[in-house]
Amino acid sequence: MFSQSHPEHYVPIFLFLLVAVGFGAVSLTVGKLIRPKNPYKDKNAPYECGVPPINDARERFSVRYYVIAMLFLVFDVEVVFLYPWAVDFDRLGLFGLVEMMIFIFILLVGYVYAWKKEALEWD
Amino acid sequence: MQMALFAYFGGAVVLSALFVVYFRNPIYSAMSLLAMFMHIAGLYVILEAEFLAGVQLLVYAGAILVLYLFVVMLLNVQSRGRFLQRQTPLVAVIGIFAAVDVIALLLHTRFYPELPAIPHPGVPTLGNSETIGMVLYTQYLFPFEIASLVLLIALVGAIVLAKGKLKYR
Repeated sequence: MFSQSHPEHYVPIFLFLLVAVGFGAVSLTVGKLIRPKNPYKDKNAPYECGVPPINDARERFSVRYYVIAMLFLVFDVEVVFLYPWAVDFDRLGLFGLVEMMIFIFILLVGYVYAWKKEALEWD
Repeated sequence: MQMALFAYFGGAVVLSALFVVYFRNPIYSAMSLLAMFMHIAGLYVILEAEFLAGVQLLVYAGAILVLYLFVVMLLNVQSRGRFLQRQTPLVAVIGIFAAVDVIALLLHTRFYPELPAIPHPGVPTLGNSETIGMVLYTQYLFPFEIASLVLLIALVGAIVLAKGKLKYR
């Protein structure tokens, strides 16, 4: 398992996580320790450009966001398929190139469809 | 070391999965789900499935969670209170049934099956992604091309569902 083969490969990832978590934790704790604490009602009120907030922040979002997320998901999965193909590109040769072209072409149809349906427009 | 890591990731997965159903605020639930996806990626790393771990982070934590968040915001779920909502007795019965099911499966599964031979014995020293690539793009060529059709259907379906509302605002 992982500790038997190459645990040292995960040291950079571990350090990265440590720095990421550590930075957040240290800044929050140090800030909490040294800042003055004097809350009152007006200071805790939500601030919106100096104007009193009009209605609830939890509004309904436009359905466009859903379409954008779906498009992102589809092309994200496409990239996931591209990665092992790129790694094996030399071994697969022309055969691999052709099959990936077919794959990309099918998804390109969807891309053109989204384009023509103006799903990418935002106005 | 391995046991400790497994205990950490497994425990975190169970705990964050519980939090997903525990919170009443759907955004909190989605964030717990994010924690669960990340720890599942950790489990994949312990199992030496690095490619799967990367995909887990990229697709689930990256894309699918964003989709969930958008759906929550689209439906505008209002949450009153902070934790667990009341369920009907039917849900409890179904829950118990599902739990019995899972326990039965756990008891009857052979966890270390005889693995089939690697389909390309000539290239045994390939890494994780290389092996997946070689198998996927030769032996499982047809399912791979079908996957693009499935993605295309998802894409077209999303646009058709939202059609007419795209001009909104």
